[in-house]
Amino acid sequence: MDFDFTKQQKLARKIARNFAEKELEPFAQERDEKAEFPVEAVKKIAELGFMGITIPKEYGGCGLDTVTYVLIVEELARYCASTAIIVAVHNSVAAYPVYLLGTEAQKKKYLFDLASGKKLGAFALTEANAGSDPASIRTTAELKGENHVLNGVKTFITSGGTSDIVIVMASTDRSKRGRGITAFIVEKGIKGFTVGKKENKIGIRASDTCELIFENCVVPSENILGKPGGGLFAALKALSYGRIGVAAQALGVARCAMEECIKYSRERKQFGKQISDFQAIQWMIADMATEIEAARLLTLKAAGIKDEDRPFSAEDSMAKLYASEVAMRAATKAVQIHGGYGCMKDYKVERCFRDAKVIEIYEGTSEIQRLIIARSLLK
Amino acid sequence: MKGLKIIVAVKQVPGTDEVRTDPKTNSLIRQGVPGILNPEDRNAVEAALCLKEKHGAAVTALTMGPPEAGDVLEEVFAMGVDKGILLTDMAFAGSDTLITAFILSRAIIKSGRFDLILCGRHAIDGETAQVGPQIAGFMDLPQVTYAEEIVLEKGFITVRRDLEDCQEWVKVKLPAVVTVTSRINRPRYPSLYNVQTACDGSLLTTWGAEDLKVPASMLGLDASPTVIKKIFEPDHKKRGEIIPGDEKEMAASLIEKLKGVNVI
Ligand SMILES: Cc1cc2nc3c(=O)[nH]c(=O)nc-3n(C[C@H](O)[C@H](O)[C@H](O)COP(=O)(O)OP(=O)(O)OC[C@H]3O[C@@H](n4cnc5c(N)ncnc54)[C@H](O)[C@@H]3O)c2cc1C
Repeated sequence: MDFDFTKQQKLARKIARNFAEKELEPFAQERDEKAEFPVEAVKKIAELGFMGITIPKEYGGCGLDTVTYVLIVEELARYCASTAIIVAVHNSVAAYPVYLLGTEAQKKKYLFDLASGKKLGAFALTEANAGSDPASIRTTAELKGENHVLNGVKTFITSGGTSDIVIVMASTDRSKRGRGITAFIVEKGIKGFTVGKKENKIGIRASDTCELIFENCVVPSENILGKPGGGLFAALKALSYGRIGVAAQALGVARCAMEECIKYSRERKQFGKQISDFQAIQWMIADMATEIEAARLLTLKAAGIKDEDRPFSAEDSMAKLYASEVAMRAATKAVQIHGGYGCMKDYKVERCFRDAKVIEIYEGTSEIQRLIIARSLLK
Repeated sequence: MKGLKIIVAVKQVPGTDEVRTDPKTNSLIRQGVPGILNPEDRNAVEAALCLKEKHGAAVTALTMGPPEAGDVLEEVFAMGVDKGILLTDMAFAGSDTLITAFILSRAIIKSGRFDLILCGRHAIDGETAQVGPQIAGFMDLPQVTYAEEIVLEKGFITVRRDLEDCQEWVKVKLPAVVTVTSRINRPRYPSLYNVQTACDGSLLTTWGAEDLKVPASMLGLDASPTVIKKIFEPDHKKRGEIIPGDEKEMAASLIEKLKGVNVI
């Protein structure tokens, strides 16, 4: 077993770290506070290849592996968790399913623009009454001639307002529940497709989370991604990759929390000592470091399995579950170590704390991940 | 100009301001400190790539160091540099600036025809700013240091230097050596698109002492004329001193103090 990264992986990580340190970190706090999408940063990052990390070069991507993808997303999240999720969602649940399931014509039309970052991607499954239970979605797509007509409302869609291309799950046959769901590639700007409310969130605030409204929205049937009725299959494939990215994002947030504590605990003095001299503080930092390392190994293992194209026995869910909960624990300890200052927006750990909470919820809550893991063991 | 060939000399330096020194050997402790591309060398690379974009050019990066120094070449490949030469050999170890410049100039000659050699003004570890000018010396080429703008025109380059009290434009015939400051440009970020080719070895050539056909006696620590008398960490705790008195007394006492420490 080789625990060292390849030259490519190390160089990609260095590129991501340098970029994030210089271009994301200085603005992350302000963008979080103003809930402002990182327009310029995403434009720059796209030019550097971050929007098609694992998409092959012939489709406009970088052709790198999933392990590299994990390293990159962790670095971005270390400095700005919002930018990290914009990049991760785009790569994993928007571009990747088009690569995996798209026809050659769809790839030509959409994948190039996605992988090169010319267009931003989103993924729309969740609805007000269908979150953890996606089979119960009510958005419908009715066949009319050579088109499908979409009606319904999607909620909580990452990059909902800023994206150009959305993978939309809609029911083509409600009597079949899950098996009647079909995935569509839908372009922004077409008639009947509008962006609704932009949510005001606890964390990950620089990423826009919006409602998408479909009102007699006519989509050419050639925009069906995968097979009719294969939408849930497409979604699960995409979300499996998505979880690896979210796990990597969690690692970045956890690392930020820990690194801030190492710095702060050496500076802060009480009772005439640096607080890092107190064993209570040392143990919290030691636990953070250990858990982060374990979460990273789990995430890299899931990435490795994907790179070898082997089936998961829930490692993707384990990585997402564990890494997101590690991030939450690390951020909670980090606020504690910072004391009152940790409650203030001037300190990064305050943001980590809010960001970590969201990570435990999206792309499948902790409970749903446990359910998937248990099912893989008890089936 | 068609077929312009640019060489950029780059160096891996310790990537932190907390570098410590070993008082016994009078050298920097590099263990455990990650290496980075010397900041002003990044500007030199950017300057080369800008000339490449404007006029068309082949850009070769050249570095001397331990095998790990190849990392900085991979990084500049990802910025868009076409080829790289890594000069690595135990015989090179301990070379001072003069011997380093000698080795680099030998490698440049071996690499074939060239029009322009670009270097960063200085490296953040040694801070001597000597290697660029020394390469020019060894190769008998014109040199312009501290460039803040480079304009290329038919066999010549015109270089702007911002001096303390004036701006100087220097026109030199190519081939020439130019060292650049950090103010010349804002270096681009390396691109993920280039990561695969940057690391697959296809752009890299590695040479040792034998390839350059120089005897080991002319290389390394023993051949280096520089003697380091003492190396120490500056005492940051030293506070400023307030000189009392009226203006005349203060000036007189300041002059005495400066004379006392051999500054004037
Ligand atoms: C910031 C943000 C961004 C998002 N981005 C996207 C996006 O881009 N695209 C998209 O489609 N969706 C997106 N979502 C939606 C997200 O995936 C859902 O919110 C999530 O899956 C949970 O669904 P829900 O909110 O309806 O909660 P519910 O499903 O209602 O869950 C409520 C609670 O019940 C628990 N629960 C539910 N079912 C079970 C069960 N069977 N066993 C045990 N416990 C259970 C849950 O774990 C949770 O604790 C986003 C959400 C957020 C917050």
